[in-house]
Amino acid sequence: MSNLTRSTVRDSLSVAITVGTYGVAFGAASVAAGFTVLQSCLFSLLTFTGASQFAAVGVVASGGAAASAIAAATMLGTRNALYGIQMAPLLNVKGARRVLAAHVTIDESTGVALSQAPRGVAAMREGFWITGLGVFLFWNIFTLVGALGAKALGNPATWGLDAAVPAAFLGLLWPRLQTNFLRAVAVTSMAFAMLVTPWLAAGLPIIATTVVAVVLGWRAR
Amino acid sequence: MSSLAMWIVLGSTGVLCFSIKLLGHLVPEPWLANARLQRINALIPISLLSALVVAQGVVVKTHVVIDHRLAGLGVALAALFAKAPFPVVVVGAAVTSALVYHLH
Repeated sequence: MSNLTRSTVRDSLSVAITVGTYGVAFGAASVAAGFTVLQSCLFSLLTFTGASQFAAVGVVASGGAAASAIAAATMLGTRNALYGIQMAPLLNVKGARRVLAAHVTIDESTGVALSQAPRGVAAMREGFWITGLGVFLFWNIFTLVGALGAKALGNPATWGLDAAVPAAFLGLLWPRLQTNFLRAVAVTSMAFAMLVTPWLAAGLPIIATTVVAVVLGWRAR
Repeated sequence: MSSLAMWIVLGSTGVLCFSIKLLGHLVPEPWLANARLQRINALIPISLLSALVVAQGVVVKTHVVIDHRLAGLGVALAALFAKAPFPVVVVGAAVTSALVYHLH
């Protein structure tokens, strides 16, 4: 294995393991929301895009309707289409491999692939596949661990699970707040969500905040 | 939520999220290259995640409520400012919240 390849493998695996362990938080949140251990594992196997999974179980936990949960998860998943557009010409695969590539097209696989650009196209492809498949493996293992753990713990409030879930959302949000404008979008969205909470059915305020994204994103800055 | 509704959430989310990913690999590039669409799309995760912090952290049903969870969120925020890794943020929030919950 050349030095270049070794660096790519190391980058990919470190991301895969680190991100994969977040699966514990998802498994726990999912069980706390009322899903079974089996359902929690199916979520990670089938949906396999962290923020969307957290959103779906989050809306269910807050008493929202099924449609709100599905809509929130789907809207959070739209960015994966943009990643796919960037990755498809790079990977250049067809058939079953394309389906597999699509399933592991997430923040991390795209991010590592793009970060390997100075090492060439082969390294980018390698980064995409190792990170994507690696996150898939660890995310699913740790989802099971978290789901079994939460099931053993019982009442979410006893062990602070009810605070771990919003803290996980805050942890997912944090790295995205790179500029003052993006921080303003986050603060405005939080204020808006609190403001509309007493007036809308449970779960709907989450969907309604996309209005903030549309209004603030409408005009070029 | 009924057991059936939960299976519907699980199945629909899985099918839709996968379809979106596949769409990205299949459509010609210019289709989704609209600048406004991309700007809004970049902001949507920020708005949704912010709303989820609120919905899970300070809301019970349709009321804004201050309780033990906010203490946990405060610790999570402090941990993020201190550049702590994700597990520290989540566990710190859980431990703090559980302590406050049991002290009351």
